[in-house]
Amino acid sequence: MTKYIIRRLLQTIPVLIGVSILVFSLMFLIPGDPARVMAGEGASEQTIENLREKLGLNDPAYVQYGRFITSAVKGDLGNSVRSGRPVMDEISARFWITVELSIYATILSVFIGLIAGIVSAVRHYTLTDIFIMIIALFGLSMPNFWLGLVLIQWFALGNLPFGMDMPAWLFDIVQMRPSGWGESWRQMVLPVITLGTGGAAIIARMTRSSMLEVIGQDYIRTARAKGVSERLVIYRHALKNALIPVVTVIGLEFGGFLGGAVLTETIFAINGMGRLTIDAIRQRDFPIVQGTVLVISIIFVLVNLLVDISYKFLNKRIDLN
Amino acid sequence: MTQQLENILEVNNLQTVFATEGGEVRAVDGVSFVVPKGKTIGIVGESGSGKSITSLSILRLLAKNGKVNDGEILFKGKDLLKLTDKQMRDIRGNQISMIFQEPMTSLNPVYTVGQQISETLIIHKKISKQEAMKQSVDMLKLVGIPSPEKRVKQYPHELSGGMRQRVMIAMALACDPEILIADEPTTALDVTIQAQILELIRDLQNRLDMSVIMITHDLGVVAETCDYVAVMYAGQVVEYSDVRTLFKNPKHPYTLGLLNSLPRHDVDQEKLIPIKGMVPSPHDMPVGCRFAPRCPVATQACHTKPPMLESIGNNEQIRCWMYSEEWDGDSEVTLYGEKRTVKG
Amino acid sequence: MAKKELLKVEGLKQYFPIKGGFLGRTVNHVKALDGVSFTIYEGETVSIVGESGCGKSTTGRAILRLEEPTEGTVEFQGTDLTKISKKEMRKFRKDLQIIFQDPYASINPRQTVASVLNEAMHIQNVLPPNQRRARIEELLETVGLRPYQADRYPHEFSGGQRQRIGIARALSVDPKLIICDEAVSALDVSIQAQVLNLLEELQEEYGLTYLFISHDLGVVRHISDRIIVMYLGKIVEIADKTSLFENPQHPYTKALLSAIPVPDPDAKKERIILKGDVPSPIDPPNGCRFHTRCPFATDKCRTEEPQLRTSDLMKEGHQAACHYMEDITNGKMQPNY
Repeated sequence: MTKYIIRRLLQTIPVLIGVSILVFSLMFLIPGDPARVMAGEGASEQTIENLREKLGLNDPAYVQYGRFITSAVKGDLGNSVRSGRPVMDEISARFWITVELSIYATILSVFIGLIAGIVSAVRHYTLTDIFIMIIALFGLSMPNFWLGLVLIQWFALGNLPFGMDMPAWLFDIVQMRPSGWGESWRQMVLPVITLGTGGAAIIARMTRSSMLEVIGQDYIRTARAKGVSERLVIYRHALKNALIPVVTVIGLEFGGFLGGAVLTETIFAINGMGRLTIDAIRQRDFPIVQGTVLVISIIFVLVNLLVDISYKFLNKRIDLN
Repeated sequence: MTQQLENILEVNNLQTVFATEGGEVRAVDGVSFVVPKGKTIGIVGESGSGKSITSLSILRLLAKNGKVNDGEILFKGKDLLKLTDKQMRDIRGNQISMIFQEPMTSLNPVYTVGQQISETLIIHKKISKQEAMKQSVDMLKLVGIPSPEKRVKQYPHELSGGMRQRVMIAMALACDPEILIADEPTTALDVTIQAQILELIRDLQNRLDMSVIMITHDLGVVAETCDYVAVMYAGQVVEYSDVRTLFKNPKHPYTLGLLNSLPRHDVDQEKLIPIKGMVPSPHDMPVGCRFAPRCPVATQACHTKPPMLESIGNNEQIRCWMYSEEWDGDSEVTLYGEKRTVKG
Repeated sequence: MAKKELLKVEGLKQYFPIKGGFLGRTVNHVKALDGVSFTIYEGETVSIVGESGCGKSTTGRAILRLEEPTEGTVEFQGTDLTKISKKEMRKFRKDLQIIFQDPYASINPRQTVASVLNEAMHIQNVLPPNQRRARIEELLETVGLRPYQADRYPHEFSGGQRQRIGIARALSVDPKLIICDEAVSALDVSIQAQVLNLLEELQEEYGLTYLFISHDLGVVRHISDRIIVMYLGKIVEIADKTSLFENPQHPYTKALLSAIPVPDPDAKKERIILKGDVPSPIDPPNGCRFHTRCPFATDKCRTEEPQLRTSDLMKEGHQAACHYMEDITNGKMQPNY
């Protein structure tokens, strides 16, 4: 097991190198001279030249990459062109906000998705099943920026449709507050719902189809033939097998939330990594863009690793060697 | 011969239907047979004959779209069809156990062999986990698995097909059941492994004094393991008799057809005599005798009137017009390459 | 009448690599076939029997180069099929056809029977297109189907009928040798008998040669002239049908024959129950591969590999690979259970 984890860790190295090359070349993929782009319109040739010198853009690409990667390994991703502060500082200030948001959104989507999926599978082809699957289809098809805006309209601003009145306690929970993220759990309710809905729908559908497949397996019939109660057949025999593919989806989803919180963060004015990235792109702050993309990629790779390892615990059939 | 055997299970006029896209299908239609205590009864038939559905009906393990419409299944006098779900669960795996065709997929891949055998014991005997694990080891020993202390901690994928079927048997016999239903238990196994498993089932049956319902398509398995045989065709029992009579003096034209089309490894045969045509679709059953369209001796009456399962002689039943008083057709048939008259 | 060689297989090996390790290197091989040699003569039926993993299906596939054999030669009417190019091989496919266990899996479900047969003929350029329709209808009648069924799709047929379509496809290109890979194993016995009879009739009519691969010794006894018994990638015994069933020499053949249930409740049987399972073909036992399960095995069997040979007790052409077959047959050696 330890050997497997070490080997998998080693295997992530080439992936990370690939990612770093991609991230590094971001700067060169954009048309035009990065220094000129960063300096902005109307900058003097001298300013541009200085900037170019400062960023080391006159060196050959491989030298620049070497410099980028050696300092990155040491945790130095350069300085923000705009604020002048180290990229790592900028990121770490925002990183945990996004992680927190993603964790809550994952918890929410797993909780709702699993229950909905199991119920749907157990009540296969009943009205309950159809109802849950229609809701899931909605959840899946709704773009989350739209959902976020609707939620703000309805609950935060109190403009419920059809002139409905919102109970005071609900308003108390979800209303917009001027204060920033993290000061109250109430701040998180709407963003987490916005971010987690699509995920819940995906997990619900995945759980359902996985459960249905497992319920049709021979060993489920064996369990029934042993006299196991229907409840235990589902929870002890079916669920553990059905969860195996769902775990992958959950892991990927968490990674997706981290990178995909951009819109949610923008709509709810949350100062997370997503916002940081968007702002950096807008301001052509390349070191920040490189830094955020790199961090998100690393997290994604690590989450995948964790998913693979959790496979080992769930599925005894996978031969890791 | 005349000694009356106690019947542990009696199936009377069982009818099982399935809801399908093409409408309701009677997969089992009026099946009756008895299982004498301590004996093995074979249910033999080709695919679609309803033999597996019959066995699943007994344990009430039918898929969601299937249900028993009619009939009774008397287990020691109690009708299993009238029990509550809870009462039925207490019987499954405890008094009536079942093993299946596919040992590769019939064990849960995420639990150890020991956990799976223990589960049965814990449910029915209400014993502790430790005690159940100890008994699981004993069961593995009983079914001839070497180093059971080690095996009990292994997962199904670590075992070969033959070993898995032994585990299935250990699990089925853990609570000392009175009936073991074996649904094609060796079909997926190689012949040398099949011999091991059949030997094991026979040996354990004698030691534990249980009855076995052996469901199979293999007439060789029937001849070697069964005391009584019910031959099924298109959802019905067409012939029921003791195993010697079935092979030496078969009566139903379908049974004759099966024996004539079977290529044998123990004797030379000139030519196989196949049964012409194919099994009727369950959506479109013949109105008369279901075998009539394929029967070499069928008369006009066979195509219009369905025959009943009638007793002829001692412990022998047959569903065929040929054995009725008013039969006026041919009653000379071929068996094992010889002409013979079957009636009388 | 002198027998004419049609197919000669020599030293055929098929090693499937097992990838693994850090960079997916080949860490080991599944030795599915390990030096198999035999000859098939024109017009006869040779069967290969054995349990799963013995290499019987691999042999069929290697002959047709459906998987490229690792080593050895396959001579078909004097041409070594393993040496020729893929393009030339395609021409030989006309002479060498295969029928599989599950015809449904090998027939495109979206093609009608007529187009399946037409395609086969088109690829091998068998008949001018305008004569093919008549030929298709004739073929369907030959295999016991109705000409009007030509425009139906595979799913409209039963298992036995689909197997007939598979046979019709094989026949459509006028082959010389048909490899039947468990061709009747999935069929119910009443249907199986129909297909077996059909295969025999076709053999008589067209002078076909069959290589019949099966695990069912009843079927094999019925259809074969000669039989090859395989165990773990090697031939353990090869004989004409009567000799194999009446005078088996190799302990594995004896065990295999004794293990089959006899459809006769009065049959007296001396059953040899083999211990344990077939070992893994990745790491086959040294010496005689059967020694781990053989009740007669000695130290010699564990170290020295027996070659196929004949003895005074065997008819001409009957060979087995056992160090002790004489001693076992005349009772000098007793089984050690």
